[in-house]
Amino acid sequence: MTTTVLYTIISLSLLGAIAAIVLYVVAQKFKVYEDPRIDQVEEALPAANCGGCGYPGCRGFAEALVKADDLSQFYCPVGGNEVMQEVAKILGQEIEEKEPLVAVVRCAGSFQNCPVTTQYDGPATCAIESTLYGGETGCHYGCLGKGDCVDACDFEAIFMNEETGLPYVVDENCTACGACVTACPNDIIELRKKNKKDRKIYVSCVNQDKGALARKVCKVACIGCGKCVKVCPFDAITMENNLAYIHSDLCKLCRKCVEECPTHAIQEIGFPPRKKKKKEASEEASAKTEKKGNN
Amino acid sequence: MFKTFPKGGVHPPENKLAADKAIEKLGLPKQVSIPIAQHIGAPSKPVVKKKDLVKTGDVIAQNQGFVSSNIHSSVSGTVAKIDQVIDTSGFRKPCVVINVEGDEWAQGIDTSPDLIKDFSLSGEEIRQKVLEAGVVGLGGATFPSHVKLSIPEGKSVDTLIINGVECEPYLTSDHRVMLERAEEMLVGVHLLMKALGVEKALIGVESNKPDAIEYLDQLVNEDPAIDIYGLKVKYPQGGEKQLVKALLDREVPPGGLPLDVGVVVHNVGTTLAVYEAIQKNKPLVERVVTVTGKSLQDPKNLLVRIGTPVRDLIEAAGGLPEDTGKVVSGGPMMGKALKSLDTPVVKGTSGILVITEKEAKRDSEVHCIRCGKCVDVCPMGLEPYLLKQLAQMERYEELEDNAVLDCMECGSCSYTCPARLPLLDYIRLGKIHVNQIISNRKQK
Repeated sequence: MTTTVLYTIISLSLLGAIAAIVLYVVAQKFKVYEDPRIDQVEEALPAANCGGCGYPGCRGFAEALVKADDLSQFYCPVGGNEVMQEVAKILGQEIEEKEPLVAVVRCAGSFQNCPVTTQYDGPATCAIESTLYGGETGCHYGCLGKGDCVDACDFEAIFMNEETGLPYVVDENCTACGACVTACPNDIIELRKKNKKDRKIYVSCVNQDKGALARKVCKVACIGCGKCVKVCPFDAITMENNLAYIHSDLCKLCRKCVEECPTHAIQEIGFPPRKKKKKEASEEASAKTEKKGNN
Repeated sequence: MFKTFPKGGVHPPENKLAADKAIEKLGLPKQVSIPIAQHIGAPSKPVVKKKDLVKTGDVIAQNQGFVSSNIHSSVSGTVAKIDQVIDTSGFRKPCVVINVEGDEWAQGIDTSPDLIKDFSLSGEEIRQKVLEAGVVGLGGATFPSHVKLSIPEGKSVDTLIINGVECEPYLTSDHRVMLERAEEMLVGVHLLMKALGVEKALIGVESNKPDAIEYLDQLVNEDPAIDIYGLKVKYPQGGEKQLVKALLDREVPPGGLPLDVGVVVHNVGTTLAVYEAIQKNKPLVERVVTVTGKSLQDPKNLLVRIGTPVRDLIEAAGGLPEDTGKVVSGGPMMGKALKSLDTPVVKGTSGILVITEKEAKRDSEVHCIRCGKCVDVCPMGLEPYLLKQLAQMERYEELEDNAVLDCMECGSCSYTCPARLPLLDYIRLGKIHVNQIISNRKQK
């Protein structure tokens, strides 16, 4: 009995020892050198694996970073400047700070502004609706409201508003990874500069139809009148295909265009309420009293 | 036993409600909107401008390139504007809007009903006239007909097939053409044969049209060049590849054309249009459209000018019923729901189908139960359930490997799926992406 136990222990130990030697030899022979910095960089990255940087996951990005001689072309939208500085420190390189971005939905064609004219009953994805049907409203450019962007978001930063039928972005959660931008078949969502205090001014429309037609189907469409282009003191607005576009690099957030836009297609977000001009305020007050009198 | 294709197919209820209604001429509309892209290939270029006077049959848009087609004015009157109209695709497309004033035909067009049999033109001349008359495939695909008549070097054709199958439920326009305009059509068959230089023509007709088969048989009794074949009632018997397989037992290779196996297929309506183009000098300005639906008061076959709003057709058939859920351009299997009743009739509109709200409702989908019915019915031998999954997961390269581009979108899979999955919708999406990938690859 004891001998059996003894033999078992000895044979198993022998087997283990042989296996260990073989494994050691193989490991030495086929050793692949891996830059230890890859692990360090990966550690520094946010491990979101969102693909927003354009590489397959954080590991892929880390490998690319370590290989690169110049870091200026790389940016982790989730980690932002903080993480990129850390990465640059690990790699002993310098990196310039980049302006953080945020996703912006460029359509205001809510149920109220852009009424539904037909009913689409196919699969509930924007991808199919846009290619095979062209949307339920008269506008063929705007939001389809099936929420492909919501499905694409890994950070709970974009949701559908049931009342308007449009998606809205939660700026604090948005990492500007660009997943929703790719998911939107109508290219409505754009990454724009985040600016201080999340202040944004943008043309909330992508309709390229001529003014009359665009206005007919949607109350808040850009009609391509060009007033904003004329009023902008910084030449930040250009007009192409009946559609104004505000370049966020040039825009100084003066809000002149917002006042000028006849259809309120240009939206301002994050600004404190405007002080009413004296004349307007008094007019409004008189209108109120009149209304009361009528009642 | 009737011939048919061996693989797949379904047999939906036929519902040929307007089968015994003679073709009626629809009155002229007040205004027509004629889209400049009514065919596969490059859109035509408008050659008229606002306030121009046009007569019926005048060219209003010139073809651009080889795979393209002329567009003619279908009415006489004044060009109101060059505008956009929502067409069958659901998108706004450029069109020419003409206010109708009287009905004056352009010079040289013979509008008499006399049958003319004049085979003096050469093949090249026939092709040229078909091109000028803007004839395209009227079965629904609207492929320019002159392209099908030009045989590229190195290819040879031995048989012409005339497609009188009309396998789509409800539709009866081809059926009526075969009954009422058969003699003219047969002259068209001979013209096509001459243009192609073939000795043999086969006409395939589904066996649910025995009157048409009998009548055509009678007419070609002493004509050894043309044979009539009855075919088993099975959808999609009218698909080009299925028809070639059924009649000649030849398999068109994937991605190929019937031309690759020595066959050219033309639709019955196209054949009639070819006859009119050559013997009557009449361009393609009108076509037979079936207006049908169970709830419609008076389903009909109407001879309609291109560009007439669908609204007029439905009015002629007794008006739009209140419980209408969808108005479909084409048949119930491959047709497309319209977004607006102002959509104009185009060259490819074979029917207008009114579906009640109850019929139109899509059942909610459940999970795939892997029964394999979609694989059974796919006439191209594909695996629709797999294609749908791959399209959903955006695995487009695998989709390409699984021959998604062979799908002809007949809809048999969606029709038969017990889980009511929108198989075809996803496959269509996949096809669009795969086509993009392929064209990108070619550019590189």
